[in-house]
Amino acid sequence: MADEPLILAMCCHYCAYAAADLAGSMRLQYPGNVRVLRLPCTGKLEVNYLMAAFERGVDGVIVAGCLEGGCHFLEGNLRARRRVERARKLLAEIGLEPERLEMFNLSSAEGPRFAEIVTTMVERLKRFGTSPLRPDPTRIERGVQEMNQQAEAMLAGDKR
Amino acid sequence: MIVADRKKIPQIRDMVKNHRRVLLVGCGTCVTVCLAGGEREVGILGSALRMALRLQHHDVVVDECTIERQCEDAFIDILAQRAPEYDAICSLGCGAGVQALAERFSNIAVYPGLNTQFMGILESQGVWTEKCSGCGNCLLGEFAGICPITRCAKHLLNGPCGGSRGGKCEVNANIDCGWQLIHDRAGKLGILDPFEQIVPPHDWSTGLDGGPRKVVREDQCIAGLGPKS
Ligand code: SF4
Ligand code: SF4
Repeated sequence: MADEPLILAMCCHYCAYAAADLAGSMRLQYPGNVRVLRLPCTGKLEVNYLMAAFERGVDGVIVAGCLEGGCHFLEGNLRARRRVERARKLLAEIGLEPERLEMFNLSSAEGPRFAEIVTTMVERLKRFGTSPLRPDPTRIERGVQEMNQQAEAMLAGDKR
Repeated sequence: MIVADRKKIPQIRDMVKNHRRVLLVGCGTCVTVCLAGGEREVGILGSALRMALRLQHHDVVVDECTIERQCEDAFIDILAQRAPEYDAICSLGCGAGVQALAERFSNIAVYPGLNTQFMGILESQGVWTEKCSGCGNCLLGEFAGICPITRCAKHLLNGPCGGSRGGKCEVNANIDCGWQLIHDRAGKLGILDPFEQIVPPHDWSTGLDGGPRKVVREDQCIAGLGPKS
């Protein structure tokens, strides 16, 4: 899956998270590139969570909240949408495609729509390509090697 | 309070890109309240700046911290140990905070991450408006509590000008005519009579003239530690 886009889905407990669950129960096929993170409400979303995800190299982020007017905390999803808009502007300033981040609204009964949203994002992100911020695997490998060498040197020192 | 907003990320990136280690320093006072330079904004800018630098292959370490009040040396003390680990500081304080850091750390480059805008108030959630220009000789008592210098686009002391239309200013139809506000409020208070008189020119010797001003409270000065000049 090295070249497959890696997506983080920040899902509201009351709708999208249940919809994702339903998609699973219905045995719907959707790409396995998505990691679901449950929020008590999308109103919990802060711009810095989104920045942290992109900084760590995810290729795209889906924010999924209840239908407008249907938020259990009245307007959490409306606030989330404004924060997503702000984060998209920041992505543009940073030099990343703002479309790597998008907010969707759906109800807990919409399992098929969850699958469709993930598919849409995967296709879009394949066009954009891997995030230029994805940590370079050779760099990670080099880091591990260095740590091994240091550990061996320490052990050798102990034996002496 | 002092109201500011953030510079664009490419501009901040270009200021710091030739440094090796940069410390972002937020301020916990005015700029936290106007959502420009508090701890959360420092976190967001930290992430954004690291990404922007990496995308252009600049190998710069960006760390973050926020101090309670950047415009007072006693609070900057907290940074004394840490700051020398960096070759640049990017301040998310107002212009006073930036300069206080520059005075304290003479060997470290200091850059502004914000554009300091004005002294103002929260008009509604997310909206701040300028109210005072710090002229050093407050006229609010004579102008029904509304500042003609700040709130009239032409700083008129004898207004309104001929461009006041339907309560809006001719300079920008989205702003209220300061003089309309003064007249309306003075009318309600029943204090319109003095406005028949011509107001003499403002005494600018107390502000925006003669270099940086200083306020000294002799009784509060510690012996031998009075004003530096
Ligand atoms: S008169 Fe001067 S001090 Fe008073 S509000 Fe206006 S600018 Fe500020
Ligand atoms: S229209 Fe009112 S606020 Fe605008 S310049 Fe004239 S007097 Fe000042």
